[in-house]
Amino acid sequence: MTTTRPRRLARQVSIVGAGLSQFGAYPDKSSRDLFVEAFQDMQENIDTGISATDIEAGYLGNYSADLFEHQGHTAPIMADWLGMTPTPITRVENACASSGSALREGVMAIASGMYDVVLVGGVEKMTSLPTEGVTDVLASAADGLYEVPAGLTFPGIFGAIAKAHMDRYETNLDHLLKVGVKNHENGKLNPKAQFQVTIRDMMERRKARAEQRGETVPEWADELDFLNDARANPWIAWPLRLYDCAPITDGASCVLLVASEIAEQFTDKPVRIAGIGQATGRPLHDADELTSLSAAKVASAQAYEMAGVGPEQIGLAEVHDCFTIAEIVASEDLGFFAPGEGPHAVDEGRTARTGDRPINTSGGLKAKGHPVGASGVAQVIEVYKQLRGEAGERQLDNPNLEFGLTHNVGGTGGTCVVNVLQRS
Amino acid sequence: MTTETASRPFNAASFYEFLKEGKFMGVRCRENGNVYAEARPIDPVSHSNDMEWHELSGRATLSTFTCISVAPASLEAKGFGRNNPYCTGIVTLEEGPRISARIAGVDASNPQNIRTGMALRLDLSEIDPDEPGLVFRPA
Repeated sequence: MTTTRPRRLARQVSIVGAGLSQFGAYPDKSSRDLFVEAFQDMQENIDTGISATDIEAGYLGNYSADLFEHQGHTAPIMADWLGMTPTPITRVENACASSGSALREGVMAIASGMYDVVLVGGVEKMTSLPTEGVTDVLASAADGLYEVPAGLTFPGIFGAIAKAHMDRYETNLDHLLKVGVKNHENGKLNPKAQFQVTIRDMMERRKARAEQRGETVPEWADELDFLNDARANPWIAWPLRLYDCAPITDGASCVLLVASEIAEQFTDKPVRIAGIGQATGRPLHDADELTSLSAAKVASAQAYEMAGVGPEQIGLAEVHDCFTIAEIVASEDLGFFAPGEGPHAVDEGRTARTGDRPINTSGGLKAKGHPVGASGVAQVIEVYKQLRGEAGERQLDNPNLEFGLTHNVGGTGGTCVVNVLQRS
Repeated sequence: MTTETASRPFNAASFYEFLKEGKFMGVRCRENGNVYAEARPIDPVSHSNDMEWHELSGRATLSTFTCISVAPASLEAKGFGRNNPYCTGIVTLEEGPRISARIAGVDASNPQNIRTGMALRLDLSEIDPDEPGLVFRPA
C-alpha cells in the first residue's frame, strides 16, 4: 500500500543544546572518549545546564565501531561513561546517515509522548585502521553481492556519478574542485574542524616546505592549478581526486531534544524541528537516474511538506559532501537549483557563505571532517548555531535567517535523512 | 532450460555459480516481463513473487564508469592500484536492466579516451572462480 497521507508529529520537538568533540585524528581517544567530549561540550552550551540524570532516553548513531575498534554494542558503553545508566540508549546504524536516523528516532520518541528529554548523537573512531582498511569498511555500506564484486569502492561509485553528471550536463573537473576550495574556506573559520586551512594555505605550505628542503619550488599559479597537479592531488577514482574526498576522521556529536512546550526551561533560543524526512534508495545500477539520489528527493519532499516551506525559504543548508560531486547533486536534489545548474551555482559563488544559497558553512564533511556515524547530528549542530547567531566568525550575515536544512546520506543514497529546522 | 537450472534458488550464490559455469543468468517476472540482472526472488516494481531464470546475452553498452587508483584488497591482490588503475562502472544490458561490472580491455590510465555508450560484451574468461564478479570488455 502506498500512502500519501501528510506526516505530522503528534507533539512539537525542539533542540535546546548541542555539543561537538574536536574533529581530527586522535590515536589516544576511543569512541567513548570522543562521545564524552561532545557531551561535556553540550553541557557547557546549555544555558540552564543539564545533568545526565535529567535525560530519559538516548539514540546513538554509529556505523561500525565493530570493524573500526572491534567494539560492538556501543550504546550502553556511552550510557555508562556519561553516568546515564540505567537510561535506555539505542544504537542506530544507517552507514553515514546513522546519526541522522538516530535524531529522527529521538524526535519520534518525544512526539509519541513517551519522553520529554532525549539525547541524540553519533560517534565514529576511524583512524585506528590504515586507509586501505577504512576503504574496505566503507565499501561494506555498498551492496556486497552486486557492487563490491565489480570492484566498485565508495569513491568509485561517486566517481561514476560524477562521470554521468559530466556526460549529461556542462559539469567539469574544475566545478568539483571549486566545491572543495569553498568548503575549506568555511572550515578555516570553524574551531572544531579537522582542517582549519584553505586550499591556498595548503598550497603555500607545500611551496615553503620545498624551499626549506632546497627542492624545486612548484610554480602553481593558484588553487586550481595546485589541485590540477596530480603530484599534489592524486587520482582516487577518476574523475575524483584526493581533494574531492572527505577525510578520515575521529569525532562525536550530540544534541538535546525536548518537547517544545518545555524548551524554555533550557534556553530562550530553542530551535524547532519543523520537518523531518527519510527515504531509502537502490544501488546506482538500479537507480532511475545516474545523476541524482532518489532518496534525497523523497526525503526532502517529506521534510518540506511537514515544515510547510519550499527550498526558496531555506536560508542555509548543510549537505552531505562526502565527495565534491555529492554536494553538487544534493543542491539539485533538494531543489535549490535545476538539474545541471548545480555546477554553475558553485562557479558563480552562490553556495559560498556570502552567496544567496549558502551551503556547508561549517566546512562540510570535506573540511570539518567526516566521522561517519557522527556527521548527521554534526550537520544539525551547524544549522542550530547559525539560526541562534552563534556561529562565530562564519556566522551568516542574514538577519532574516529563519529556516535551515540538513541532508545526510547513507552509503551511495541507500538512505537519506533531511531535516528542516526553524528559529523560534 | 533444464529442470535443474530452473529449480535453483533466486540468490547471489546461484547467480555466481551460473557465472562460473559460463552462463549469465538474470531473472524475469512472469507477470509483467520485467528483467533483472540480479537474482531477485521478488520483482521490486510489480511486487510479484512469480520469477523465473532468464539467460542474458552478455551484450551491453557502457553507461558510466570510474577508473580506480586506490584499490580494495581483493583487486590490489590482482596487481591493481596507484600505478595500475582499473576501470569499473555501470553497464546497460541489451535486455534493459543495468548492472555494476568491471571493464577490461580499456586504458584506465587514460580515462578521457574511454567512451560511454560504447558496445561491450561479457568476458567470461576474466572471471575469477574464487571471487567471481562481472567483467565486460569492448565488443
